[in-house]
This record gives sequence, C-alpha cells and structure tokens, in this order.
Amino acid sequence: MLAAIQLTLDETWYLVLAAMIFAIGATGLLVRRNPLVMFMCVELMLNAVNLTFVTFAKALNDVGGQVVVFFVMVVAAAEVVVGLALVVAIMRRRQGADADDISLMRG
Amino acid sequence: MRVEMFVFLVSACVCLGGALGVVLLRNPVHNALSLVATLFGVAVLFVAQGAYFLAAIQVIVYAGAIVVLFLFVIMLLGVDRAERLGMEPIAGQRVAAVIAGVAILGLSLTALLAGAQRVTGAESSLAPLDPGVPDINRLGQVLFTDYVWAFEITAVLLTVAVVGAVVLARRSPGPPIDTDEFPDGTVPDHWEAEYDAAIAGDGTGGGSAVDAPAIDAPEAVATADTEEVAG
Amino acid sequence: MDLVWLIPALPLAGFITLVVVGRRLGDPLAGWLGTAAVGASFLATAKVFNDLQALPAAQRTIHQVLFTWIPAGSFRVDIGFLADPLSITMCLFITGIGALIHLYSVGYMKGDPNYSKFFVYLNLFVASMLLLVLGDNLVLTFLGWEGVGACSYLLISFWFSEEANASAGKKAFVTNRIGDFGFMLGTFLLWVTIGTVNYVDMPAKVGGIASVTATAIVLLFFLGATGKSAQLPLFVWLPDAMAGPTPVSALIHAATMVTSGVFLLTRLNPLLEKAGWANEVIAWVGIATALVAALAAVAQNDIKKVLAYSTISQLGYMFLAIGSGAFVAAIFHMITHAFFKALLFLGSGSVIHSMDHEQDMRRYGKLQKYLPITSITFLIGWLAISGVPPFSGFWSKDEILASAFNSEHLGPLKWALGVVVAILTAFYMTRLVIMTFFGDKEKWRTPLDAEDDVAIPDDHAHGHHLSPDHTPHESPLTMTLPLMVLAGLAIVAGFINLPFSARLESLANWLEPTLAVQHEALGGGALALLAVVAITGAAVGIFFAYRTYQQHKVDPATIEKPAFAHALYIDETYAKVAGGPGEDAFQGIADFDAGVVDGAVNGVGSLTQGLGRRLRPVQSGLVRSYALVIAGGAALLLAFVVMRMSV
Repeated sequence: MLAAIQLTLDETWYLVLAAMIFAIGATGLLVRRNPLVMFMCVELMLNAVNLTFVTFAKALNDVGGQVVVFFVMVVAAAEVVVGLALVVAIMRRRQGADADDISLMRG
Repeated sequence: MRVEMFVFLVSACVCLGGALGVVLLRNPVHNALSLVATLFGVAVLFVAQGAYFLAAIQVIVYAGAIVVLFLFVIMLLGVDRAERLGMEPIAGQRVAAVIAGVAILGLSLTALLAGAQRVTGAESSLAPLDPGVPDINRLGQVLFTDYVWAFEITAVLLTVAVVGAVVLARRSPGPPIDTDEFPDGTVPDHWEAEYDAAIAGDGTGGGSAVDAPAIDAPEAVATADTEEVAG
Repeated sequence: MDLVWLIPALPLAGFITLVVVGRRLGDPLAGWLGTAAVGASFLATAKVFNDLQALPAAQRTIHQVLFTWIPAGSFRVDIGFLADPLSITMCLFITGIGALIHLYSVGYMKGDPNYSKFFVYLNLFVASMLLLVLGDNLVLTFLGWEGVGACSYLLISFWFSEEANASAGKKAFVTNRIGDFGFMLGTFLLWVTIGTVNYVDMPAKVGGIASVTATAIVLLFFLGATGKSAQLPLFVWLPDAMAGPTPVSALIHAATMVTSGVFLLTRLNPLLEKAGWANEVIAWVGIATALVAALAAVAQNDIKKVLAYSTISQLGYMFLAIGSGAFVAAIFHMITHAFFKALLFLGSGSVIHSMDHEQDMRRYGKLQKYLPITSITFLIGWLAISGVPPFSGFWSKDEILASAFNSEHLGPLKWALGVVVAILTAFYMTRLVIMTFFGDKEKWRTPLDAEDDVAIPDDHAHGHHLSPDHTPHESPLTMTLPLMVLAGLAIVAGFINLPFSARLESLANWLEPTLAVQHEALGGGALALLAVVAITGAAVGIFFAYRTYQQHKVDPATIEKPAFAHALYIDETYAKVAGGPGEDAFQGIADFDAGVVDGAVNGVGSLTQGLGRRLRPVQSGLVRSYALVIAGGAALLLAFVVMRMSV
C-alpha cells in the first residue's frame, strides 16, 4: 500500500483532495444550524464532486466528465436560486430562525 | 513537474483552508468569503487539469454569481449575526457528525489508495480529449450533439427556477402568519419597527457567545458594522 | 318435451308476481293467483307424465339442461331437470296436493292480515320442492332442500307475534341444519369418490366405489334425511311445527317436505345397494322412530300433535322399507300417506276452524252432527291410515310389512314391531276420531273446572275460551272440496300397486327403470298370511280404542302415560344437554373465538399501532437529524464498496 504513495502528481492526489473537501462539507452540513451556511457546505460538496469529475475526464481522456461538470454547475445554480428564495421566504416570517426551528413536519 | 506539484499544493491548501473556514467560522459573511477561496482554489485546479473553459465558468458563475447571491441574502435578512456554535440542541449530533465525516473520509481514502485499480474504467474511445483540439471546442461539439437534449432541458430548468424563486420570495398579501404576534394585521412598517427594535435589543446580546473559540474576536465589531449599514 | 322446466317455473313465477303485487291483490285474489300457478304446474306435470308414458320403458327419461350454473374446472353443475318415472310421480302428487291445499287455504286464511304473504311463501315452497325433485344433480337437489327448509321456517312462524311460534320455526330450521350438514358431507364425499354429482352419470360410476365409502356416504345422507324427514334423533321439530297454520302442516309436514328424505335415498338407490350395513341402520332407525312416535301419539291431547306424531311414525315405516331394499313400497306408501295424511290434516283444520281455533280434543265431542262433510271425509282418512282394506293405506302398509319380513337380518322381528306400530296406529287414530266426532257428550259445553282431567297439561292450550254456547258450522266449499277430492284419492290410490299379479303392480312396473336392483317379493301364500295378521292387528287396535273411549270400560290414564306424551323425554333431554353442558361448551367456543381468534387479530392491530407509536419520534422534523442519517447511509455504502473491492 505504501508503494501507492508516489511522488509523481497523478490523479490520485486530486481525488484525495476532493474526498477531503467532500468530507469537510458533509460534516459542516451536519454541524451548522444556519441555513445559509448549510447551503454553502452543500456547495462545497458539489465542488468536490466537480473536481473529481474533471480529474477523471483528464485521466480517462474523456470529455464526458467535463460535460457532467457543466451540467452540475447549471443545476447547482438553479438550486441555489430556489433554495435561497425559500430561505428568504422562511426567514422573513420568523427572524433568527435556524434549521432546527423549522420542524413542524414531525411524526 | 515540480511546478505542477507546487501549484497543486498551494491550491490544495487554499481549498482546504477555505473549506475549514466555511465550516468553522461563525459569521456568515466570513463563511461566504471562505467559500470564495475554495472556489478559487478549485478553479486553479481545473486549469491544472486542462479544463480551461470550466475554470472560467467556475469563477464567473460560482464565485461571481452564486456567492454574490449568498451575500445578498445574508445582507437582506440580517443574518449576519453569529450563530451560537457553543451549544448544540440535538443531543449527540456533533459527535455523530464528526464520526460520519471521518468515516466518509476514511472510507473514500481507503477506496482510492488501497484499491488495485485506482482509476476504474476504460479510456473512452467515443469522446476523447484531444490535445490538439481546445477543450472548449470539444465541449461544444459534444454538448450540442450528444447531450443536446439535456442541454435544452437545463434551459427549461433555469427558467423554472427563476419563476419559482420569484413566486417564493414574494411577500404575500394579507396578515403575517403569527397573528397573535401581530394582532393589528398587515403593517409592514409595524413589522419593520419590531425588527429594528429586536436588532437593537440583541445587538449587545447576540455577539457575546460565551464559550466560543477565539475566531469570533472581531465578532462584535462586525455585528455593529452591519447594524449600522442596515439601520 | 320441453315443458319440464315449466313445472318448477310456474310456481316460481307465481311467487315473484305475488311478491310484487300480492299485497295489492289482497284477499282473496292473491290466493286464487297462487292456486292457479300451482294448478298450471300440475297440468304441465300431467302433460310430461303423458309424454313419458308414451316412451318405451328403457328410455323413459327426459333430461333438459337449461344452462351451466357452476363451471369450476372438473366440477360442473348445470341447471337441468331430470323427468323420469320417480321424479314425475313425485311431481304429480306435489303439484296435485299442493293445488288442493292452496285452494283450501283461500278459505282457511280468510281474514288474516298477512293473507298474500302466506301464498307468497306457499308458492315459493312448491317451487323449491319441485326443484328438489326435478333437479338432475345433488347440488340442485340441495338448493331445493334448503329452499323448502327456509320456507318451512317462514311458514311455521307465520304468526310470529307469538313467541312460541317463532321459537318453533327456529327449532325446525336449526334441527334441519344439523341434517343438512350430513347432506353436504355426503355430497362432498361422493364427489371426491366418483367425480360427479349428476344423477344421470351416477349409476354407471357407482360400481367402482368401495363398500366402506358407500356406507359412509349413505349414512351421511341418511343423517340429512333424518333431519328433513323427522326421524330419530332429529324428529323433535315436527311436533312443535304444528304451531304453523294447518294448511302448512298439511302440505309441508305431511305430504311433501318430510318426504324429501325418502325421495333422496330412493334417488341414491345405486349407492344403497352397495352400502351393506347402512341399510340395516336405516331400517332400524325407521322402525324405532315409528314405535316411539306411535307411543307418543297415544297420549297427545292436541289434535294436530297426534297427527304430527303419526306422520313421524308413518315416515318411519317408509325408512323401514328403504332399509329393506323395497323402494317401490316406500314410494307407494309415500303416495298413499300423502293423500290420507293431507286429508286428515285438512280435516282437522276444518274442525279447528269451526271450533274457534280450539285444538284440544278434550273440548270436542259429537262433532259429527255439526260437521257432516268433514266427518265423513275424516273417517275415510281414518280407515285408510288404520290399514283397513280396501282403502289405500292397507295396501301400502302391507307391502312394507311384507318386505320387512323378507329382509335379511332379523326380518321377522322388524315385521313384528311393525305390526305393533300398526296396532298402535289404529288405536290412536280411533281415539282421535271418537274424541272428536263421537263420544257421548259435547265437552265444550261444560265449563273447564268441572272436568276432573288427569290429563297431561297441554302446552298448546291457546287460551281461547270456547264459549259453551258456541255452535260449530261446516266449512265453506273452498275448504270442503279438497277434502272430498282427497278422500276419493285415499280410497282408490291403493289400486295402483295391487300385489295380485304382475300386471296390476303398475307402480312397480312404472318405477322399475329408476331402480338399480329389484328385490324378489314374497310368494302369494305368505303374503296373504301376513295380510291377515295386519288386518287383525288393525281390528284389535280399533276395538280397544272403542272400548276405552266410547264405552269407557278402560281408564285412559293407564294408557296415556306422561312418558309417552313427552315422546320418552327425548326433546327434554336435548334441551337439558344443549342448555346445560352444551351451552357451556358453546360459551367456551365463543370465548375462544372472542379471546384467541379475535385477540390474535386485534393483537396484530395493536402491535402495529404500538410499533408505530414507538417509531414515530424517529421523524423528529429536524432536517439535521435526517441529514445525519443520510450521511450515515452514505458511509455504509462506501464501506460496502470498500469491502467488495479487491486490494
């Protein structure tokens, strides 16, 4: 296993970095309560994924990875728009609300 | 090679620093700025990988539009108050979150490093990235032939998102939900006055989170600053 | 040829019409309509009978299939009618007597508030009975069987506002149901064994049945027959069924429904041939029932109860005949019994009607001078049932006794018991006739306390207090005409099967194709001897009754024992068992059902509820908890991938 850690910069490094960013984003999503910060953590995760895709596109010499990244960005943009609109709509009513306060839909 | 390594390491540090900043900093504006740092780092890494077009898109759309949108909302709603990171209302959430994060990280790394084939999949013969053809040309070709259907759909998606956002963020006519909080009915000015009073009242209380780490030292100052801007 | 379906269809149409417009037609039009329906059915039957006679003996069946009712794989049941000599003979007297009784009811039920409903039920009954008889398979027969049971219930409890009548109806239905259980099991077993329930296919396939199976099947069907035909042990409903109007008693509980059991066993005669000792069981149950019922009839004071026990007793004779293999004798006695018993019942109805619904014979006496037509026809019926030649009862009863004598096991013993029953029959019928029509004084003129009656308290006393000034008068023509017709039939019916020569045995010849095996009869000399003994027995019975009741030379109390009146307390025993330990057992079963079975079902429900209640807090509404669980799931997926990876 140690032999796998080489000193040449191959795609594994990028993938490891992406994994780390993803993990940090996931943890952040679970820990933070402010809806906007939670959103940002989601963005972190999406970026990690984008990085992974581009890495693979380079490694496999396939432009499909980049196409996916393109679409991910578009969809992320749309998602942020709608999500922030939702946050605005909620926060306007109950100011200072965080994610834990919006828990009406419980069993 | 060494240049690449150097570039990679610096960008990696920036990315990771930004990521940690997003998660750990208390002021939402700081979080947003950390996010910008990460996005920038990722854009650099895109360039290093030869995805120039995507790097540009990353900066323009992500860092330039999305984060700005975030900042707009932060400012609009006055949520620049710091979150009370000291306490955690759901029992065990933090511990479980850390465990989950570590698990995800550990497993991913195991999968990446210990596997026999670290990069799975065969090289694609269908859509090769030629060194000769610039990536943007390649991307355009594929996008408008193989993936044109998805492309058009995303256009619809964006339209729908915009319409949805407009509808959602509209102030609805009529009295607010909490009619016992606002018994007089719709008086946005009334609401604004309440809001201002609440801000003024919390201004001193909100900044003094008791056992938060030292990061929040400029916290009170930042709060006061934004108050003045909003007021 | 195709008229066979009309036979049950016409009363059924009458039923439907009366259901719809009967109430509006009212008294007496509804009655005429009902009578017309059954009368038309009789004409159709006569036509089919004619057609059958024209056919050569071997092919004397008309099988008309209307449509397929139950197509279920290898099990097929059609709505089909089988008109062969046996079923057409039964149809003739069912529709004939049915029409006469409908006519009688037009007069009898006059003034009753539920007049049209009575005819609705009567028509439905006749339709069901015809279906029972004409059906070409056991399932159709069962349909008719259940139909007549249901109509019997409806008609017994016709005046249900009095609790006793309603209870009697329920008792009849429940007791019949026990028998039906046997019928159903018999059908199932038969189908499992030979794969068909159709009478047309049955004779060919019956040969292959093992004797044990055949015995089991026959015993099961016999259980059904004991329910319907009121034999030991399920006869207890028939005396109580006298709570219904008299035409009902005449039609259902004398002439038709109670003969279904006899008909069923005759239909299944190929099976009975193979059934071995089941036949002995049938014969002994028959003669035992006849004896018990005859003893009971001796001590009854209600005129209808005497006739009820008499019916049970005569049915016992019929089963004795079946058990001895003499199916022709059984059918012969069924026919003659139908005529004279219906006559006796209708006659008693006429008496009851004229005596202001008083049914206790101790209040009658010397009615012969007030009710001339009734008494003459009644006397003819009396002579017929007592077995006095040349009336019909003598010929049929004698044939049964001869076949009993001729049967394999203990034939003479069965015959001797049969003669005892014949003597008792003559005795109690003469007693009835004397107490009602003769005697030396008109007992209702004397107020009740003056009588020092040691009689058994009659639970049937209606509380009508017949005023001492009451003068009975003869019944109207609608009621006496059927009496006269039936009296004529009771006289001549015996001549359809005279034993003097093969040619005169027209009933036997007629029924021959439907019977699997013919049994040889006794020679002429032995037959004559037995006949003489029977006639002597009848004379003894009549004479003894005359001495006791007319001449008052013997005290009735020595004969009319309480044990006899309560039919050897069989009914009371049932009540005690069912009410006592029986009820506890049933309560136990009911508790088991409520506790264990329902408990299990409800337990599943409450378990689910409890589980749900405990699981509900998992959905806390907190987004972050959900996110945590999703992250946990993602980690598990990654772990899965890592584990499946090759290192």
